[in-house]
Amino acid sequence: MQRLTADSVTLGYDQRVIAENLSVEIPDNSFTVIVGPNACGKSTLLRALSRMLKPSRGQVLLDGQTIHAMPAKKVAKTLGLLPQSSIAPDGITVADLVARGRYPHQGLLRQWSPDDERIVEESMVSTGVRELADRYVDELSGGQRQRVWIAMALAQETPLLLLDEPTTYLDIQHQIDVLDLCAELHETRGRTLVAVLHDLNHAARYATHLIAMRGGEVIAEGAPRDVVTAELVERVFGLRCQVIDDPETGTPLVVPAARGARNVRGARVTDSVGA
Amino acid sequence: MKAMKTRTKGGAGAVRAVRTGGGISFRVDVRAFVVIVLLAAVAAGAGIVLIGSGDYAMTPGEVVSTLFGHGTFQQEFIVTDLRLPRVLVGLLVGAALGVGGAVFQTISRNPLGSPDVLGFGQGATVGALTVIILFQGGAAAVAGGAVVGGLLTGAAVYLLAWKRGVHGYRLVLVGIGAAAMLTAATQYLITKANLVDATRAVVWMTGSLDGRDWAQVWPLLVVCGLLIPLVLGHGRALRMMEMGDDSAYALGVRVERTRLVLMGCAVLLVAVATAAAGPIAFVSLSAPQLARRLTRSPGPNLAPAAFMGAALLLVADWIAMDAFGDRQLPVGVVTGVLGGCYLLWLLVSERRAGRI
Repeated sequence: MQRLTADSVTLGYDQRVIAENLSVEIPDNSFTVIVGPNACGKSTLLRALSRMLKPSRGQVLLDGQTIHAMPAKKVAKTLGLLPQSSIAPDGITVADLVARGRYPHQGLLRQWSPDDERIVEESMVSTGVRELADRYVDELSGGQRQRVWIAMALAQETPLLLLDEPTTYLDIQHQIDVLDLCAELHETRGRTLVAVLHDLNHAARYATHLIAMRGGEVIAEGAPRDVVTAELVERVFGLRCQVIDDPETGTPLVVPAARGARNVRGARVTDSVGA
Repeated sequence: MKAMKTRTKGGAGAVRAVRTGGGISFRVDVRAFVVIVLLAAVAAGAGIVLIGSGDYAMTPGEVVSTLFGHGTFQQEFIVTDLRLPRVLVGLLVGAALGVGGAVFQTISRNPLGSPDVLGFGQGATVGALTVIILFQGGAAAVAGGAVVGGLLTGAAVYLLAWKRGVHGYRLVLVGIGAAAMLTAATQYLITKANLVDATRAVVWMTGSLDGRDWAQVWPLLVVCGLLIPLVLGHGRALRMMEMGDDSAYALGVRVERTRLVLMGCAVLLVAVATAAAGPIAFVSLSAPQLARRLTRSPGPNLAPAAFMGAALLLVADWIAMDAFGDRQLPVGVVTGVLGGCYLLWLLVSERRAGRI
């Protein structure tokens, strides 16, 4: 049994159901990436896994316990989340923001132990923001800021870390930068990572385990090499494509079919109308 | 015990870790600590000057020695029975308004999200005026009416602004709407009143520390003594909530519960302060912001806001009593004028920063 699983959950907001009877297992020590078209329920699933959203049926289990019944701080020591939108308080420095990641390990009488100090330092070093420690977060670039937020999540020292679209709003160089950082954390620190990503090629390159969703259902899951096929991309995203080997890494690379080839079906309809 | 300097922020002072044996450790922001000490000194100084001024004038030295029990019988009576309660009410009301304001501004993530903008002061006013005008109640009943009015307004605003968690912007908008309706209700009540009641109502509405005695001190002291430590105890969780509900939740803060506890405490503090001194304008709006500018530290700055509120209110009371010669003003007029200037400055600087 894996540490983090969703057991036949029904997810939704108010009356609107997004996913029904959905079951997912996050393999331990994997870098799992959830992909799918807009509104397929991938972010909703991540919110449920990180206990931000309570399933209306079924349950999310962390180490065999219902996550919503566990004490909040206990969960926060095991499972971290980098939400899509976080607000940096006015006038906060990088070091202070990263230090806030230690909150679940602290108490009223244990506010700043030598461990806290060491771990904050290490988190800043491993995300490459050590030299920004005294800078104000609001004056950093988008890429630097995302590294700082990841550093904060790292300082939380959780074996499981969930990331909701960590590359959104970043330019390509910083997207790769953030993904490299995630891969490094996964490989060298043995953390289980779960990320929602938009870019299928990034997912195929970095994930060790891929979950493809559509319409609130898991269509396929497994190693990217087994999952990413032309047939599956068409089923999940409704896109005709070729899948070739990535010349850099050998992982699957999705190349959308040229416009003429994609419109074949439409063209045929036009033809028959013309005839 | 050893204190060690962990690092210096860019000109903003040092954060020190204070550690004892047995794994107990605290984070102390040195600058914030200095600010608190200075504000406490200002409040104490203003308090001593206030106690010394009046028809029977005393030097600060005489006041201090009387406070320590070395005064004459006459001085003892004037200080302990007549003037000390007024100063203590001022200190406690100021601290309560400062903390209440800091909590609401942090929860609404808006410097305008303070209790007097959100309608809690107005709610307390309607409660008090209802007792004065419709029931001709005594002082205790008026105070009770103010507390009930403030709490009902707090509950109503919370319920109206609640939608899968309270959102800052909605809280401010709902609060401003509530304030406008309650102001209309206040005016309606005054038109219904006879001359005597209307005069009493208008005096109450200005906010004043005149004639406050130990009967006002004790309930305030009990409420502040319980609730301010409770709020300070939730200060670290509130600091996490500055980063958004999701981030705070991910860090193990029970967001909705913390927010409910803190808002409940803040509404009660503001209501009790208003019951004791009337609706004193702008202290809860300006104290947290001024405190934050002095400490230059992020976060709700709860304790500095409390001391800033106390210092502000006593200094304003001193100005109200002494600055215009024989013509004494109610303290609410002075805080209104000072706070109005501050509000203008806030709007101008926010506009310059492009936030409004």
